[in-house]
Amino acid sequence: MMEVMAPEIPPFERFYLEHRDEVLGYLRRLLGQRAEDAWQETFLRALRAYNRLQHARNLRSWVFTIATNVAMDELRVKPHLPADGAPAAELRRDAFRELEHLTDDLPPTERAAVVLRYGYDLPYTQIADALGSSEEAARAAASSGVRRLRRNQ
Amino acid sequence: MNVTPDLDARFREAALREGLVDVRFDVLDSPIGDLFVAATERGLCRISFWPEGMEDSLALTFGPRVLRAPLDDVRRELAEYFDGERREFDLPLDLRVAPFPAEVLAELARVPYGRTDTYGALAAKVGRPKAARAVGTVMNRNPIPIVLPCHRILGANGSLTGYAGGLDVKLRLLQHEGAMLA
Repeated sequence: MMEVMAPEIPPFERFYLEHRDEVLGYLRRLLGQRAEDAWQETFLRALRAYNRLQHARNLRSWVFTIATNVAMDELRVKPHLPADGAPAAELRRDAFRELEHLTDDLPPTERAAVVLRYGYDLPYTQIADALGSSEEAARAAASSGVRRLRRNQ
Repeated sequence: MNVTPDLDARFREAALREGLVDVRFDVLDSPIGDLFVAATERGLCRISFWPEGMEDSLALTFGPRVLRAPLDDVRRELAEYFDGERREFDLPLDLRVAPFPAEVLAELARVPYGRTDTYGALAAKVGRPKAARAVGTVMNRNPIPIVLPCHRILGANGSLTGYAGGLDVKLRLLQHEGAMLA
């Protein structure tokens, strides 16, 4: 008898339904009104690569990585990572909710790092993937963003 | 932040237009209940009375780029069939089965609307007169019921025998077609 195994890569439809709303929310944070085109481009890029995926680990951070790349393309910036050295600044979730309306004024890379960390709870290893940086640089970008938010408060 | 139906539809259209989809599916309502239908670029590849688990099954057979999208031709031809306005389907099919099932399903497709045949007779037509049970297995695993009319195949004594959609559905399809039942 043939054994039917669940495929490791979920059908795209399931992946899409699971992540489409939060990715749109993320892109709204980064791009405002321009988010919808970037959102479509994000899922088209995901679909183009989907049949070449080797495993289904971290699909959530994978799609956030694509969305970050699309947003940085749209903003015509390269991720700019602040120099490390300053003491790490962290936020509690409720403190972020009070400050999140100010994220629009952050430089794009810091904005992406802060939103992914505090808005979507991604660990720094995955934020580093999204920014194409080291974990330390991702931590420094979020930290710098938090300090800037507090200054702008 | 919810994706609007309009934005969602635009994405699905763009994905199809770019040819990025291995297999698309939809769920249609019909007089015999919800029907899960799926098609590749080559043609209709699945009809199922039970949507659960079908997306995973499609991903295994056709690839992981499984996307829900309207299947207008399939919807139209099935609606015409259930309205009594269509006796044969013109839909291209994408059948990915082994040679024996392919031969049996090709013979099955020749059983006309409103008529019935038996498992044994179908076995004889493919040159395997003793393979009635194997033919039954092929019917049981028919990937495209209704369009490939396994509901028209009965036991030697005229009994309904079995049907993936349930014997009541098999009986309703045969009555709908005006088939004479023993």
